[in-house]
Amino acid sequence: MNDENRPLRERIESEEAAFLHRSEDEAARDPFGGVDFAALEHSIYRPRTAFSGLLSVVVTLMTLGALVPLFAVLIMLIWRGGRKLSTALFTELPPAPLEQGGGFGNAILGTLIMVGLATLITVPIGVLTGVFLAQAPGGNKLASAVRFSAKVLTGFPSILAGVFAYGAIVLATGGYSAIAGGIALSILMLPTIILTSESAIAMVPAKMKEASIGLGATGTQTAWMVLLPTAMPGILTGVMLAVARAAGETAPLLFTALFSNYWLSSGGRLNLMQPTASLAVLIYNFSGMPFKNQVELAWAAALVLVVLVLITNLIGQSFSRQQVQQ
Amino acid sequence: MATVPGTTRIDGPDKVQAWPADQIWHPPSSTQKWVDFFFRRLCIGFAALTVFLIILLVVEIGAKAVPAFREHGISFLYGRTWDPNREIYGILPEIWGTLYTSLLALLFGSLFGVAAAVFLSEGYMSEGIFKILKMFGVQFHPFWGKLPERLELLLKNLIELLAAVPSVVYGLWGLFVVIPLIRPAANWIHSQFGSFPLFSTDLSGPGILPAVFVLSIMILPTITAISRDALISVPPKLRMAAYGLGATRWETILGVLLPTASRGIFGGVVLAFGRALGETMALAMLVGNANRLTLSLFSPANTLAALLANSFPEAGAREIPVLMYAALVLLAITLVVNMFGALVLERAASKAEAK
Repeated sequence: MNDENRPLRERIESEEAAFLHRSEDEAARDPFGGVDFAALEHSIYRPRTAFSGLLSVVVTLMTLGALVPLFAVLIMLIWRGGRKLSTALFTELPPAPLEQGGGFGNAILGTLIMVGLATLITVPIGVLTGVFLAQAPGGNKLASAVRFSAKVLTGFPSILAGVFAYGAIVLATGGYSAIAGGIALSILMLPTIILTSESAIAMVPAKMKEASIGLGATGTQTAWMVLLPTAMPGILTGVMLAVARAAGETAPLLFTALFSNYWLSSGGRLNLMQPTASLAVLIYNFSGMPFKNQVELAWAAALVLVVLVLITNLIGQSFSRQQVQQ
Repeated sequence: MATVPGTTRIDGPDKVQAWPADQIWHPPSSTQKWVDFFFRRLCIGFAALTVFLIILLVVEIGAKAVPAFREHGISFLYGRTWDPNREIYGILPEIWGTLYTSLLALLFGSLFGVAAAVFLSEGYMSEGIFKILKMFGVQFHPFWGKLPERLELLLKNLIELLAAVPSVVYGLWGLFVVIPLIRPAANWIHSQFGSFPLFSTDLSGPGILPAVFVLSIMILPTITAISRDALISVPPKLRMAAYGLGATRWETILGVLLPTASRGIFGGVVLAFGRALGETMALAMLVGNANRLTLSLFSPANTLAALLANSFPEAGAREIPVLMYAALVLLAITLVVNMFGALVLERAASKAEAK
């Protein structure tokens, strides 16, 4: 490395010496003699700066290019799904092949029920695990194992959650059901809720926790009366993000909840132990059908699903803004 | 809390010993201690449940795959036929398809994802808007002055929204918009450069290219988010030192910022690879479900996740263990990739802290 630089360094040193050992007259006449100012000037025609500017333009174009699909998808959804939008979509059942009209009321209900079920399962487990992680001392082995598992679970393929729920619940209970779908979704929601809860609770100022303990509160009282209320916006953000993700998941539902053309009831009562429709599976099934009406319904369902997911996301983000303002 | 009357002042040691019943502070009662004891155990139990869940997932899928493993053994991994009628199963084409589509998507996704991360972390957007505002002389105006920051945040959120769109919607879009759009171009390339193995078939509908296109869009936000975090956490003094030595902006980015953040970026890329391997719906809809071992970008193929999605719902009792075996292979690949990614990111974080 040194050998490579030597000629250049020698050159610089000799120029420097010449500059420093000028006669005083010379220095007085021209204080910056020998300095090539033109070479120091910033110019976009110089290869170095031109290269830099060019890459800046390329990166700008690539970033904008990355956003094109988002807008393309949204525009297509509004254009193709928006035409079909009517109240009948939300109240009627999916049509049979070659039948006109119809809707996907049962699929919306099915999605809400299964996501609700998954939320009921994961929120207590996830938030309390978050409390444990945030409170655990630095070198706690269980805590680092849990954290690592949660991180690995975030990248867990959603189809495998379905395979697991199929093996553990569908085969055990003898049929496709909303319960199996809800459990499959909860596996995907759990890591998000754990990790966001932990970071939200860890962000609660230590002095609040210490004050609570100083007043004689137990760890439990501190958690319920100080940590959780203060960290609530952050926790809710995590829950909303997890809900939004679960609402759009298709793969885990394909062979746990399956699909159904009927309402989720038997004999007038709500029955969670039967095949259940969901928006995501409806889009998948109908997009592959050769019937125009079904394909249009798939687009309308995609619009409804994306609106639901985006609203949930926006609510989550508004919570996180509250957290920042505190 | 509301029952505490007024404020309680502690004036001296004698008052402290008095401890009136309504004092705001007091040691926990025995019931409270018991509640605390059980609550702590509950938290630990739930936390352990998460670790247990991963073990359970592996054991459950593994146990269900045992019959198929006994019957088909290792040859399952390199067999090329999938024929439930003759009970011949092999998943080499699916393994190849999974890796091929994911790696291609990773190539495009990380190129665009890291570019977007640089764009966001360098503040190009706010810089450009600030210059425009300066032209109008309103760069410090209470409303307009906040605009650069706000638009920067909006852009970041928009890129994150790419990840919020459900994959089945991308699949629908790919099926009815992307495929018809790229088909003429793909077929022209095939007719011109057909001898090149990448273009050796024509695009007759679903195929690898549309699947890779959609897949790279889906993994881009992961790469961008993690790379942006890594770039932002590069100590500012390094950047300043590079500028001080006369480096241009891109000499700084390529020579200092990206190498320093490379560990974090690499971790993000590995995690995105894990996502791509396990992504199901977009591929099940776009890759064509053909049991083919091919290099051609325009040929239909299949992936492990797409195979599971398409075969599971109508599988017979004899086929289920075979599919569980395929699921186990997918599980093994993704777990290894994800654990590797999580470890790389953990190392990167601890190294950044050490600085």
